[in-house]
Amino acid sequence: MAEGFDISQIQGIIDVGIPQCGDIGVKVLELEDSGVTMSIPYNEKFSGNPVSGVLHGGIITTLIDSASGMCIYIKLKKYIPIATLDLRIDYLKPATPFEELRAYAECYRLTKQIAFVRAVAYHTDRNDPIANSVSTFMMQSTKTKPLNAQAKDTGGKS
Amino acid sequence: MNEMSSDGFLQAIRDAKEGRNWNAFSQHIAYFKYLGLDVQEKDDEIICVLPKNEKFVGNPVLPALHGGIVGAFLESTALVHMMATQDVTQVPKIINITVEYLRSAKLEDSYAAAVFTKTGARVANMRVRAWQGDRNKPIATASANFLVS
Repeated sequence: MAEGFDISQIQGIIDVGIPQCGDIGVKVLELEDSGVTMSIPYNEKFSGNPVSGVLHGGIITTLIDSASGMCIYIKLKKYIPIATLDLRIDYLKPATPFEELRAYAECYRLTKQIAFVRAVAYHTDRNDPIANSVSTFMMQSTKTKPLNAQAKDTGGKS
Repeated sequence: MNEMSSDGFLQAIRDAKEGRNWNAFSQHIAYFKYLGLDVQEKDDEIICVLPKNEKFVGNPVLPALHGGIVGAFLESTALVHMMATQDVTQVPKIINITVEYLRSAKLEDSYAAAVFTKTGARVANMRVRAWQGDRNKPIATASANFLVS
């Protein structure tokens, strides 16, 4: 496991600090030095096709974007404001209805200003992906304090 | 919801087009309902609205909408545009999408419109643009490819 964070810390940041991730049920499954694995349970309300029940691409995008951002924190070993600059997703095959969706994201290059990330979405086998993604993120995108530092501020100055 | 037949869904799309009742798409597509996607027609242009909602926030400090939601909104707008303007024989399948994030998306109503750059026999390519208060200040743009047949 990567030093700097443990799963429960990251899960806490997600549940409390990222409303959209909490709402769709994002769970952190694994933290490795190389990357992070996250999941969402299947939910009919995220289906994009009323005939097949297959998940809409948008919910896959959200899971991939979340994992892609998170893997940067793991690599940095700290939590700073970042913003997605661009994100490309290739939809390789439909997700299977009623199966949990997972995403594995890896930051393969980190500079002062930009982080470069690749990610896959899959059900059980990373090598049999549903979607493949590459994305770039701006580091220190805002002057705002990191969420975990805010959480420690009990004075509530802001 | 899942029990809808393919013919039933295509008929629902045809009915929506005939009555220019674009919000019928959101009644049938669960994820559009989750987004609260509102499809409007103004001056022959189809504009999708993503209503402001706390549950879409990715950064509560700013606050800003989650990048995934913005991407999902652009993809949904592209799909709506496909169904509203093309003769579809199935739910159009997205091949890929590239989203470029230009400005932080505030916790406000968001708007998006799509245009075709090419409608081929097999693939349709689209550009999508999303904005909030000022249409000339896009929050994000996307290019997407859909499999047509």
